[in-house]
Amino acid sequence: MALKIVKGSIDRMFDKNLQDLVRGIRNHKEEEAKYISTCIDEIKQELKQDNIAVKANAVCKLTYLQMLGYDVSWAAFNIVEVMSSSKFTYKRIGYLAASQCFHESTDVIMLTTNQIRKDLSSPNQYDTGVALTGLSCFVTPDLARDLANDIMTLMSHTKPYIRKKAVLIMYKVFLKYPESLRPAFPRLKEKLEDPDPGVQSAAVNVICELARRNPKNYLSLAPLFFKLMTSSTNNWVLIKIIKLFGALTPLEPRLGKKLIEPLTNLIHSTSAMSLLYECVNTVIAVLISLSSGMPNHSASIQLCVQKLRILIEDSDQNLKYLGLLAMSKILKTHPKSVQSHKDLILQCLDDKDESIRLRALDLLYGMVSKKNLMEIVKKLMLHVDKAEGTTYRDELLTKIIDICSQSNYQYITNFEWYISILVELTRLEGTRHGHLIASQMLDVAIRVKAIRGFAVAQMATLLDNAHLLTGNVQRKGICEVLYAAAWICGEFSEHLENPMQTLEAMLRPKVATLPGHIQAVYVQNAAKLFATVLKSGEGSADSTAAQEMMIERLPLFVQSANLEVQERASCILQLVKYIQKLQQKDVEIAEEVIALFAGELNPVAPKAQKKVPVPEGLDLDAWINEPPSESESEDEQPKAIFSKEEPKHSRPRHTEVDEKELAKRREARKQEQANNPFYIKASPSSQKVYQEAPGVEHIPVVQIDLTVPLKVPGLPMSDQYVKLEEERRQKDRADKKKKEKKKRKEKRSGRGKKHDSGPESEEDITPAHMVDIVTEEMPENALPSDDDDKDPNDPHKALDIDLDKPLADSEKLPVRSHRAAEVLKSPAEDGDAERSVSQEPKKKSSKEKKEKKKDKDRDRKKSKEEKKKKKHKHEDKGEDLLGGQEDEPVVQSEETSEVAAPPSSTTAEVSDLDFWLSNAPVPSNTQGAATVAAAAAADPVPEAASGAAPDSEPEEPKDTEAEETKSSKHKKKKQKKEKEEKEKKKKKKHHHHHRHSDAGGEESVQNGTVEEEEPLPPMSNYCLLAENSYIKMMLEDADQVNDIQGNLQDGSQVVVSVIFENKCESFLKSMEFNVLDSLNSKLQRPEGSGAHDGLTVPFQLPPGVSNEARFVFTMQSIVMPQKLKGTLTFIVKNEDSSTHEKLDFKLHFTCTSYLITTPCYSDAFAKLLESGDLKCSSVKLEGISMPFHHLLARICFHHHFSVVERIDSCASMYSRSIQGHHVCLLVKTSDQTVSIDAKCDEPTLLGNVLDEIKQTFSQC
Amino acid sequence: MIKAILIFNNHGKPRLIRFYQYFAEDMQQQIIRETFHLVSKRDDNVCNFLEGGSLIGGSDYKLIYRHYATLYFVFCVDSSESELGILDLIQVFVETLDKCFENVCELDLIFHMDKVHYILQEVVMGGMVLETNMNEIVAQVELQNRMEKSEGGLSAAPARAVSAVKNMNLPEMPRNINIGDINIKVPSLSPF
Repeated sequence: MALKIVKGSIDRMFDKNLQDLVRGIRNHKEEEAKYISTCIDEIKQELKQDNIAVKANAVCKLTYLQMLGYDVSWAAFNIVEVMSSSKFTYKRIGYLAASQCFHESTDVIMLTTNQIRKDLSSPNQYDTGVALTGLSCFVTPDLARDLANDIMTLMSHTKPYIRKKAVLIMYKVFLKYPESLRPAFPRLKEKLEDPDPGVQSAAVNVICELARRNPKNYLSLAPLFFKLMTSSTNNWVLIKIIKLFGALTPLEPRLGKKLIEPLTNLIHSTSAMSLLYECVNTVIAVLISLSSGMPNHSASIQLCVQKLRILIEDSDQNLKYLGLLAMSKILKTHPKSVQSHKDLILQCLDDKDESIRLRALDLLYGMVSKKNLMEIVKKLMLHVDKAEGTTYRDELLTKIIDICSQSNYQYITNFEWYISILVELTRLEGTRHGHLIASQMLDVAIRVKAIRGFAVAQMATLLDNAHLLTGNVQRKGICEVLYAAAWICGEFSEHLENPMQTLEAMLRPKVATLPGHIQAVYVQNAAKLFATVLKSGEGSADSTAAQEMMIERLPLFVQSANLEVQERASCILQLVKYIQKLQQKDVEIAEEVIALFAGELNPVAPKAQKKVPVPEGLDLDAWINEPPSESESEDEQPKAIFSKEEPKHSRPRHTEVDEKELAKRREARKQEQANNPFYIKASPSSQKVYQEAPGVEHIPVVQIDLTVPLKVPGLPMSDQYVKLEEERRQKDRADKKKKEKKKRKEKRSGRGKKHDSGPESEEDITPAHMVDIVTEEMPENALPSDDDDKDPNDPHKALDIDLDKPLADSEKLPVRSHRAAEVLKSPAEDGDAERSVSQEPKKKSSKEKKEKKKDKDRDRKKSKEEKKKKKHKHEDKGEDLLGGQEDEPVVQSEETSEVAAPPSSTTAEVSDLDFWLSNAPVPSNTQGAATVAAAAAADPVPEAASGAAPDSEPEEPKDTEAEETKSSKHKKKKQKKEKEEKEKKKKKKHHHHHRHSDAGGEESVQNGTVEEEEPLPPMSNYCLLAENSYIKMMLEDADQVNDIQGNLQDGSQVVVSVIFENKCESFLKSMEFNVLDSLNSKLQRPEGSGAHDGLTVPFQLPPGVSNEARFVFTMQSIVMPQKLKGTLTFIVKNEDSSTHEKLDFKLHFTCTSYLITTPCYSDAFAKLLESGDLKCSSVKLEGISMPFHHLLARICFHHHFSVVERIDSCASMYSRSIQGHHVCLLVKTSDQTVSIDAKCDEPTLLGNVLDEIKQTFSQC
Repeated sequence: MIKAILIFNNHGKPRLIRFYQYFAEDMQQQIIRETFHLVSKRDDNVCNFLEGGSLIGGSDYKLIYRHYATLYFVFCVDSSESELGILDLIQVFVETLDKCFENVCELDLIFHMDKVHYILQEVVMGGMVLETNMNEIVAQVELQNRMEKSEGGLSAAPARAVSAVKNMNLPEMPRNINIGDINIKVPSLSPF
């Protein structure tokens, strides 16, 4: 018995898993809803159980029900419970459910922050992965803010699986929490060069997505992407990059020029259609962006068009579609080349596939000319008749109107034809585009004066047959046309043949069923018509009849529910009654009535209102009255609203001014038109032509038979125009030929064969009548700016962030409090190695013990056991010194960089790009890049930089002297400090130049640390980098001491301090320091200065005085050495004269100068080596005779390394670059041969550093 | 960006829906209906691109779909995605399904919607393409499945026990059955 109960309860809990549920639903097809509701009840029961497995099962079923459209948000809390299960199986179910049904307003999301954080840092990569995937679907601004830092850490995870997910999700984080973009961007950029292709592709994906929305901020990445494009073989990545370039080229046409060649190569070489297509697309974008032609410009266009033709002709409908799509982009700028494929495109219009027809329609837009417009439109009209779906038909309708009206009706030669087309279009059933047709009618009638007579006649017909348009419920949209018709008839009533009839049509009782705004226009224009009738014959039978009709019919409108109709009707009714009264007194009134509607309306440009400039001194946001106080009670609110609107009142004031001006201008124009013999006034002449023409009497244009329904049996009207037009043109042509013959007869020289019988050219077609197309009016001094119509609610707008500016201290991702300390300590908040470095010293001893056991296999530690203690003592010392002062240098250099050169990276950035775009040879692949780097590094490097090497030796003594004199002459506050430094420096110089320093190994190691200890890092390492060459060049009157030191805090900044010393007897002033920026590095200039402006040195130099200035450079990539050419200009002032002087110099940034001496514990070092992220490389130095400790000291000193451990003739060394690359060396020596094995996560950098080290020793 | 991924059959019954932008449930169903309406009336030999419906996205969005046997796989993407690329991606996804389910058919998708989601999660994440290499996708999916198996799966232990209990013929069972190892907490037994 008990067992049965147990079974029952188990049954209840477990009767259904997901499969059972699905099966059940399939078995209950008739009563699915009922079945599901019982299932939901069961699920609710299951969710009440304590067992997590039961809950997970229930949540899994809910996910399925959610797909069927059931709201499952009530179970949100249970979903969170399942998410927090420790088992992967359940966690996955929970996260899946959450990703399907959580959204920003789900309140339980805020409970998940800690759970997600825990999962993100889980040791199991799939826990982390599942959390990332889930989070990507429901990240909220709060989650983004709280978790940004955790996710950023994951971007450097050891597993590529996690890295790529972390990289991708950053995009979502940026969207929700834009502040994170700048702090995270450097690392994101790093991931572009991740060894794992998946991670790389993810990074490309994210940056492309960011750049698509705000391309200008990413222009500076173009060189990097260019490199990727030429080196990557992953089509996905290539497609993304190529698409990105398509977005960037409009901003920088020069980029396009650079792209054309590789893209063309890709087009020729690739077999992947998707890639080919994107290449063609981007080439098109490039060609669009290039304003002026380039040599092989037309060749590229031809190539594109040719490839696209192949696509369009392909039997694969997809390719056909895409081909047409791309073709339409070419069309905008190179219509000629597309027009040659007209046959193909017209063929596509008949395709059975609607998508393809739509694309072909787009293309037609650009294919029309004066010659073929009628023919193409005729074809489209046929399609309109055939089209079954309303969407496609509406599309056709808008296209016809677009095609005809494009560029100010450029291609229309016969407006009567166009009007009849418009009238024909009104026959369309159920179109939504009535207003479009109406506005076209209005536009044409207003702007083409010659056509008014014809238009009015047609509109009168329309009005008369209004019942055809309004009869059907389906035709609601089209009755908009009546609005236009009524207005045209009223406004240009002087052209009406029979105004009485039209007036009658406008006042029919049935009009009252039309929408209010149309009725209002009817009433108003009835009044206009009345005025015309009155004028045509006061007192005549017509005018009396009209008067009676008005008085009789208007009361219908007075009763209208529509305010506008009612108001106008009663106003006009009273007016008519008053006129009647006056007429009974025999007063001539017609002129006065006409005066009511005098004047002509001009079309106003759609943006005219926006472009009215705000007059100077007018602040639209300023309060006119005292702003309402905050504490206003609620009943005062209406008042507040009123005063809010107050500022708007200032608008009418200046539009009034404009109106006056407009009136003035209108007057002037009238004058001008009256005096202009070429201005053709409206005349019905064209109609007469038709009347007289033989064989066209049946055209209903003139003899408007008012009983004829709109649909003319037989040919539609427009077709007749096509025929007519054809005839006319033939006649024209014949005339021309005659004329030409005459001409030829006249002068027999016979130069005019070119006009002969060839195909009709555009110019040959003369319009049927001269038309004056009135241009749209714009306010005077309209603002030229094209208002960008960006949607203010676009989430991507928040991401419009300048990424090139250096990070400010405040820009850090929020970190949980207990971690904050740690982050502060490690300047670049880096990977594992970094963390362990910044761990507290007290932990060290235990760690080292551990390490002892662990690292026995390492050969360099073979005999370390007894030496170790000693070493530790030493290291301790170094570390302690460091511990006290670690932060100081950072702060200092940051400070100075701000003082010396306020960052102005945007301009500098652009100029860097300039350089890349203008002349820098771009390596075609990474390997090429490496060789270039190697070549550069082959120059004599550290001490005697660049080509000045041979001269450098003899200069040295002088140099030291200069140093000595300097130290006595410095006058600034830091004098004392500098003295100390000078002394140290001297010591060092001796030490390495004369090579008989007896500094022992211990000491030399200290050398490295001593540097750290100095309060001014930029001064600390005067390694005579490029000093000699400067001196040589500056023999005249100045003296520069140069030192390059990376800025620890910002991964891309390098501070260069230069000491200027005046060595002559004259006063030096107006010194300007300028460097020609390179692709990679640029001088930071103050905001607002141009890319090539120099920096003013902030002091003047009296004779014999020296001073120091610092300049900040921003580096893109630090993996290669750099050489920058620069100039110092200054004025030398004597008592009587002053001369401009100039001094050229070369700044050499070696890769070494990007390294920062960073201490590293041996255990952290070992961990780093083990991590497997580092690339290996090695170098052998022959014939080195110096003692080993000496050798180490040199490496430490010149290349900013620190010794990690040293055992006999073997030592491990470590350094870090400013961008956080780890560089590890293992130096071994055995009689005269030194072998250096090196590891670094950046192979190029490593190669260059090794080359530089080699160079150092080859100098000895 | 991919805005939504929809899988439905020839009758418009959803088999998997994955929106990367929030829509309420009824809106989701409406979108499915509209999309089905748009897609289903197209022949099989017309192109696979479709200007998006009115509900989802605007002019920037496209529907890119493939029709396999009884199922439509529809991706709604914006202009940053390559059209042909997405078509390839659908192919990769379907081939992956085929590998994971061994000759996938509609029934697999019907009964294992969760598994299909897990596979999709390895292909697309948050609307962005995560991985296009089929072997990599399959490897990751299998590793996760293995992990699930090692944990005993969702219903492994209890379900086995339950089916055993369900299937047992009570009268023939011995009296003292040991149900101790069924890992469920049985709620309130009746007092007798």
